[in-house]
Amino acid sequence: MKKTLLFCFLLAIFHQSYSQETFPVNGSFDVRPGLIAFTNATIVISADQTINNGTLLVKGQNIEAAGQNITIPKGYLVINLEGKFIYPSLIDAFTSYGLPETPRQSFNFGRREVYTSTKKGAYGWNESIRPEMSAQNIFTVDSKKAEELKKIGFGTVHSVIRDGIARGTSLVSTLSNEKENQVIINKEAAANYSFNKGTAATDYPQSLMGAIALLRQTYYDAGWYKGQKTEHNISIEEFNRQQNLPQIFEIDDMLDVLRADKVGDEFGKQYIFKAGGNEFERIKEIKATGGSFIVPLNFPKAFDVEDAAEARNISLARMKYWELAPSNPSALEKAGIKFALTGLGLEKSGDFWANLRKAIEFGLTEKQALRSLTQIPAEMLGVSDQVGTLNKGKLANFIITSSSLFQKDNIIYENWVQGKRFVANKMDVTDLRGNYAMTLSGVGQLMLKIGGTPGSYDVNIVREGADSVKAKATMVRSGDLLSLYFDLKKSPAGTIRLNGYLDSAKPVALKGDAVFADGNTGLWSASFKEPFKENAKKETPAPVLALGTVIYPFVSFGYSEAPSQETVLFKNATVWTNEKEGKLSNTDVLIEGGKIKAIGKNLNAGKAKVIDASGKHLTAGIIDEHSHIAISSGVNEGTQAVTSEVRIGDVIDSEDINIYRQLAGGVTTSHLLHGSANPIGGQSQLIKLRWGKSPEEMKFGGNDGFIKFALGENVKQSNWGDAARTRFPQTRMGVEQVYVDAFTRAKEYQTARAIKGNNVRRDLELDALVEILNNKRFITCHSYVQSEINMLMHVADSMGFKINTFTHILEGYKVADKMAAKGIAASTFSDWWAYKNEVAEAIPYNGVLMSKVGVLTAFNSDDAEMARRLNQEAGKAVKYGGMSQEDALKLVTLNPAKMMHIDNRVGSIKAGKDADLVLWSDNPLSVYAKAEKTFVDGIAYWDMEKDAGKQKELKAEEARLVAKMLEAKNKGALTQKPGVERVRLYDCETLEGSDTEEIKADALSNY
Amino acid sequence: MKHIIIFLGLLTICHTGFGQATVYPARAQNKAIAILGATIHTGTGQVIENGYITFDQGKITGIGDARVVKFNTNTYEMINAGGKHIYPGFISPVTDLGLIETSSIRATLDNSEVGNLNPHIRSIIAYNTDSKIPNTLRTNGILLAHITPQGGLISGQSSVVELDGWNWEDAAYKTDLGIHMNWPSSQISSRPNALPVEMQKENSQKAFSELERYFAEARAYSELSKPDVSNSRFNAMKGLFNNSKKLFVNAQNSKDIIAAVNFFKKMGINPVIAGAREAHLISSFLKDNNISLIINEPHALPSNENDDVYLPYKQAKMLSDAGINFAISIDGYWQQRNLPFMAGTAAAYGLSKEQALASITLNTAKILGIDKTVGSLEIGKDATLFISAGDALDMMSNDVEQAFIRGKNISLDNLHKQLFKRYSEKYEGK
Repeated sequence: MKKTLLFCFLLAIFHQSYSQETFPVNGSFDVRPGLIAFTNATIVISADQTINNGTLLVKGQNIEAAGQNITIPKGYLVINLEGKFIYPSLIDAFTSYGLPETPRQSFNFGRREVYTSTKKGAYGWNESIRPEMSAQNIFTVDSKKAEELKKIGFGTVHSVIRDGIARGTSLVSTLSNEKENQVIINKEAAANYSFNKGTAATDYPQSLMGAIALLRQTYYDAGWYKGQKTEHNISIEEFNRQQNLPQIFEIDDMLDVLRADKVGDEFGKQYIFKAGGNEFERIKEIKATGGSFIVPLNFPKAFDVEDAAEARNISLARMKYWELAPSNPSALEKAGIKFALTGLGLEKSGDFWANLRKAIEFGLTEKQALRSLTQIPAEMLGVSDQVGTLNKGKLANFIITSSSLFQKDNIIYENWVQGKRFVANKMDVTDLRGNYAMTLSGVGQLMLKIGGTPGSYDVNIVREGADSVKAKATMVRSGDLLSLYFDLKKSPAGTIRLNGYLDSAKPVALKGDAVFADGNTGLWSASFKEPFKENAKKETPAPVLALGTVIYPFVSFGYSEAPSQETVLFKNATVWTNEKEGKLSNTDVLIEGGKIKAIGKNLNAGKAKVIDASGKHLTAGIIDEHSHIAISSGVNEGTQAVTSEVRIGDVIDSEDINIYRQLAGGVTTSHLLHGSANPIGGQSQLIKLRWGKSPEEMKFGGNDGFIKFALGENVKQSNWGDAARTRFPQTRMGVEQVYVDAFTRAKEYQTARAIKGNNVRRDLELDALVEILNNKRFITCHSYVQSEINMLMHVADSMGFKINTFTHILEGYKVADKMAAKGIAASTFSDWWAYKNEVAEAIPYNGVLMSKVGVLTAFNSDDAEMARRLNQEAGKAVKYGGMSQEDALKLVTLNPAKMMHIDNRVGSIKAGKDADLVLWSDNPLSVYAKAEKTFVDGIAYWDMEKDAGKQKELKAEEARLVAKMLEAKNKGALTQKPGVERVRLYDCETLEGSDTEEIKADALSNY
Repeated sequence: MKHIIIFLGLLTICHTGFGQATVYPARAQNKAIAILGATIHTGTGQVIENGYITFDQGKITGIGDARVVKFNTNTYEMINAGGKHIYPGFISPVTDLGLIETSSIRATLDNSEVGNLNPHIRSIIAYNTDSKIPNTLRTNGILLAHITPQGGLISGQSSVVELDGWNWEDAAYKTDLGIHMNWPSSQISSRPNALPVEMQKENSQKAFSELERYFAEARAYSELSKPDVSNSRFNAMKGLFNNSKKLFVNAQNSKDIIAAVNFFKKMGINPVIAGAREAHLISSFLKDNNISLIINEPHALPSNENDDVYLPYKQAKMLSDAGINFAISIDGYWQQRNLPFMAGTAAAYGLSKEQALASITLNTAKILGIDKTVGSLEIGKDATLFISAGDALDMMSNDVEQAFIRGKNISLDNLHKQLFKRYSEKYEGK
């Protein structure tokens, strides 16, 4: 302790010498030359240049020279680093060093709704857009944290205010303990972004898609702002000013990288991504972003798997992520992606080296590791002229190490930052390890054995012969002084305490005096006999890395090898064509190139794979008009009455297990809808269930866009508790006026844009409504009771837009004639009712009644469970009201295809249409029917037989990983408890569509 | 304000009145009935093709092969059911039917009492025979339901009702037959906002010891012939300790089920486990302890990503193979009309159709302790049965044409049929 104090004191004195130009000095100036020469070192100038036996000259805070055969000018303090290494100090590309901690925002059910910013001043409307935040204004040197980081080799950090969607500027500082004015080396390193609204009080955005929409709108607003004279807005002005800086986007999950990149593409921005660490899961798409990355080393801990019952809670994805996360840096390197590394997210900074070495063990090259911790972050952050390499003129930021930096037992001795020394481990300390002949007064000859590592010695006293004994001793060393104590148990018994000093260094000799248990004193000495020998502890050979494969998607039942498009002949099936041919028995269907090629009897198989379908039924794939699967972080942006700017297409979750489960129920196409929390919700997305493909590849493609509207209890927040009483509308009367107002604004907007062009602020919300007015986007409207259905039809007529579909529409049977007259389609539940007041008169005959009156009718799920047996729901139309079987099947195939305007591609079995087919074991409307195979684009994404094999593989993979985790734990790895978890593991920082909110959305807004 | 309330009240009455006022509870059977020619599924596993069944004064008097009997048409009302199917009335176990009218409207909720330990509350007295929902169940073959309170640790007492009657006294079939409780789960949550693991463990341990104490005190109390101070909760629990009342324990995970069974074994109670999502993993334990189950609805998603995608469909078959006695349930109240299709799904994924049928009839009756009088079609049992034009376990063909509860020919009209008729009428003219 005393030593530390002394050291601090020395440092403090040292510090004063560099006081700032503009600051007054109390007393005499004490400016020292600061000329230092480090000689005889292996100097790693950069990952690509190493100088053996070199000299590094430091002048003040800069490097004066580095190279071989450098003549040391007079006046230099020479430090001999023979046998040692010099590296550039490391740069952590993403920290919040020196910045106040951001309080975690937790969602509070029943809290007052906040519509616009609560921040005082001429700022923007939404608190999460806060580019006016500037790290340099709130940055303070944190010497404690700095010390922690310097100890592990860092000399420079990038400090980011991690709060908000547009988060303002970050800075680069060194870890020197100087005044802030001195250590900031780039005051505005980057403009920063995320999808996380942080502490913003404004409710909007509540969902990920809302965050994306808000960011897009902000770019448009920023463009418009430049040419307008009506308002002064600090936030937008700052946003514009920062566009020339590097743009850094912090995200937690690889899918978010793709999402952010899409936003960037729209506005000609290439972000640098501070990523989550699971980029390896879709490296191809990650590479295609063209972005550079900052990736963390916070690899997950193994799970406790001893308790098999508890371990069942761990999904394969979480296990595999544990295994493969350390391979992420290497995957990026192999893909040729430029990336920096960060220690962000590590539980303790000490894990940094262990994890970095692990990444190297998993294939990251040392060169790349060094680059990713020096040159690359320096370039990214605009400080490559100051740090990152040891070239002349740069800051004297370097570390002195015992050996090659990445070697396992390397010791970082000193870390010099801006020419100032920080001692991590004392250099030039005599290694005391060895076996010594020892004499101790009155005891005679002993053997002193000092092993272990310098810094953590392992000491034993051994006596051979008659009174043979081996006693463990505790030794404390302080510079050249040491003390140790031990108990020989007999002759003499009791603790013997020794004090001593290093008498000679080569060979080592120790000397001093002893205090025996009885209080008597004596002398001791020890002389070096032989070097300490590691107990024949065999270096376990570097384990051959037997790693599992990356599967697509990265969840249970993902593919390591994607199924391919096949040419298939279904032989002798009962074919439900959904065409005028009706149901054909003993008929063949040939598919090729993802399309249906032919339907007929005794078709020639040619090269096709033949599937014997006798006794089985072949139908078109099921189309779910109303689904909420495969959506990331929130299905509702329910914070405003109108949110037509948000798009489900921005947040497709290709990794949702429910995609596979629904394929197992014959679903091939799903219409992913925004929730029903507001009258005008978000734009929906049609997908095909191409299990394993990326979000973009799952999009149906070439189809008309739709948007969700909603009426009734959900939009007037009837069942949201007493807190939600302020958002307009709270009645059906108000709902009408929301539409009238929105479309009135949309029309005015359209007219204004036509005349004044871009002088009229581009409004993404109104854009979507204009599309509706122009028949370019189509409405599917959540609706229940006849009054509101009637109302919207009138609003549509008066405002000049069309309603494509009423979804749910449980009282559609009461106004079916009106709907039929207007050609509005209906997508309803088969038999749901009684769960809220507006479904008090919902009846299972609804579908039949509407169909009879001529309404194009479908059955939908709105439920991940029910979706996988929509065929049975269709079967209920036969029971309730006696619909014909063929018509009933159309409720979940052709009719939804028609209402989605995709019946030219899917919905029936007809030559030329997409080969989206289901082979059923039985009449598809029957409870006994099982989907044996489900094809999308001629690819069998579901195959019941193959699934059995996949289950076996999954079990084996699970078993392998369990064994591996047990082994890791036995070897001392830290572990975590397996818990039941709903959200994905790698959301280290919860997104705003957090737990509670999702529950709220689940519970209240979908149906 | 008062006016508004009265007005609302009137509206509600009108609302309720519409539809249901015209559906009458049935009169008692006054003439023997013989149904002929149907495929009779007895619920015991037996199928009688071209069978007959006779019943009088509410009880089954005969059952067998229709080709070998002749009936006096003066004594019997004859029903020809050639090509049709006869089933014992389906029984909905563990439901809050009649305790809820509309789940989103608080005023209509009578299913969950405040407080943690409510063994004394009784579902039967809140069972609403005027609810519009039971009529929509009867038309799918559900003729009995096990009305169960929910919530808290000990939720209260359940009763079995017939789905026909002027009031709950009429409807009551077996009252206060069991006590329901939710086992405090030991499952650890690792959601981002969950409590620390240790605290979660501590909490579940705490709940467990409180429960232990509570049951121990209840048992001690049950031995007092005349306690100084009467405790209505403990009074209600007395039956558990002399086996006159059943104990239904809701537990899902294997560990929780084992813990619950062992816990009550020590008290001499053999509980029925409801839920039992992971029961198939501990089937030998359940068999060793002779535990019956009321399992979750098969129409559910697997609870783990790693599970077989069809696991909930297949669970019944797995339990059946392991020789465990179980009944199948379905969540909710209005949803109960889909109970038959839960059994149908179990049949699609491995059970025989007759086994599947038993899981919503005889097995359920056994578990509820009413199998002496209902649950199967056997002489002497209640004539609680129905005729369906097709396979009643399949939604496509479930078509209940006539139904009898203790021989009473019940109305198969309901709100939905009436609205169907009303609007068919509207469009007929067009």
